[in-house]
Amino acid sequence: MLSELFADGKFVITSEVAPPKGTDVAELLESAELLWPRVDAINITDQQSSVMRLGSLIVAKLLADRGMEPVFQLTCRDRNRIALQSDLLSAWTAGVKNVLCLTGDHVALGDFPDAKPVFDLDSVTLLEAARGLNCGQDLAGNELQGACEFCLGAVVTPEADPVELQIIKMEKKARAGAVFFQTQAVYDLDAFAAFMDRVRPLGVPVMAGIILLKSPGMARFMNRNVAGVRVPDALIDEMTQAEDRVATSIRIAGRLARGARELCQGVHIMPIGWEAHVPAVLDEAGL
Amino acid sequence: MLVTERKPIDELMGFLGEEKRVFLLGCDGCAAASGTGGEAELAQLTQELKDHGVAVVGRKVVEFLCQKALIRAALRPMEDEVDAADSVVVCTCGVGIQAAATVLDRPVHPACDTISLGGIRGEWQGEERCQECGQCFLDYTAGICPLTACAKQLVNGPCGGAKDGRCEVDPETSRCAWDVIYERLRAQGRLGLLRTDTVLRKDHAKMRPPAALRGTRRWAIDMREDTGEAR
Repeated sequence: MLSELFADGKFVITSEVAPPKGTDVAELLESAELLWPRVDAINITDQQSSVMRLGSLIVAKLLADRGMEPVFQLTCRDRNRIALQSDLLSAWTAGVKNVLCLTGDHVALGDFPDAKPVFDLDSVTLLEAARGLNCGQDLAGNELQGACEFCLGAVVTPEADPVELQIIKMEKKARAGAVFFQTQAVYDLDAFAAFMDRVRPLGVPVMAGIILLKSPGMARFMNRNVAGVRVPDALIDEMTQAEDRVATSIRIAGRLARGARELCQGVHIMPIGWEAHVPAVLDEAGL
Repeated sequence: MLVTERKPIDELMGFLGEEKRVFLLGCDGCAAASGTGGEAELAQLTQELKDHGVAVVGRKVVEFLCQKALIRAALRPMEDEVDAADSVVVCTCGVGIQAAATVLDRPVHPACDTISLGGIRGEWQGEERCQECGQCFLDYTAGICPLTACAKQLVNGPCGGAKDGRCEVDPETSRCAWDVIYERLRAQGRLGLLRTDTVLRKDHAKMRPPAALRGTRRWAIDMREDTGEAR
């Protein structure tokens, strides 16, 4: 369980896999096996970008069955409070111990823009519901026959503007039961250091998010289109001038992870297809 | 018609906190017909507030509170009274409360929950929309409705999807509602409102109009009072 690692003062390393659109999990399991020897846990994304895929719960169970430590990502986009709580009970019963509670992207961003966006609960009330299940009660106060003992996490965007509003919600999430935070991608360590100075008093472990830059075009695309991501020009230049883009990408991600070690309590690496390069990133970071 | 119900006085007193001087705004349209926003109801609320130690420094029933131009015109001769109040308590539907909050640019508290559009739509020209949720959140959100202005209907703060203050769903035309809420509260020096321990949870059961209301003339104007059936 991630909370035990934080309690031991370990610098926690996680990465993630994305379930396929379909039932063939061979490639996904290959990626997970490749990551597992080097990370403390593996997140499974919940139909990221609102694209309909295999569910994160069953994939979390597949990883748990193979002796890996999954972090079940759960969003409020597709399920009302009955389904969310039921899936949490299912997850605990399936041996899944870590849950990352998110609002989720809007359905308009995915391949079913005509779907009903649920958002019955939000990330704060989902955390409250999950914490209740840990205490043996559902959200309505009904007693459970068998409780959960989840380690609950949440997300925060350090580069959001206004960041104060993000921090206010982060505080709400911590009060609602989040015992660790993963961040949106961090590319500017000075800005991240300033963010950490503001949130350190909360006393909740923070894991810096790191997305591997694949090309200068990807960096510019994210700057234009991805909320809360800001790649500084210097990094875009570094990628532009790179003779070997993969090596440069690994060097940048490794540098960020090494820097994060001085500032927070862990890193969460989002490889987006470059799972095979994660070990090299960790080598570069000395992790 | 927008059918509204007065919030319990205790809930309203919770909104007021330390505020001891308020201005009351009513609406002579749907709210007056609902029995929540006419002169008689404002007089009654004045007494209830007085009983709880809150002074009403002025009150006005505006013809249609959903019309911002009418609010401006009605309150122009009453500027001193509005300025003398710590806040404004608005007795009308979610649209009127939002319109008042936009016009007045000062703390505005909802005195009513909006239950139903009732089939006939009041007319308004602004961008304020009301979901008829039956549990008006506008006190916590600076008079900007998080159910109609936020694509994800988030009531406890923003998601991580806004970029440069624009909503991820429609960045070309939509600002992030929480960005607007934040700016308004900051300008009013009321950011502390977001920092409270209160966690809001939507109660969809309140979206079903109360059964007690259904057999009334307020619910259906063409209902026979003797049999309770539609004419």
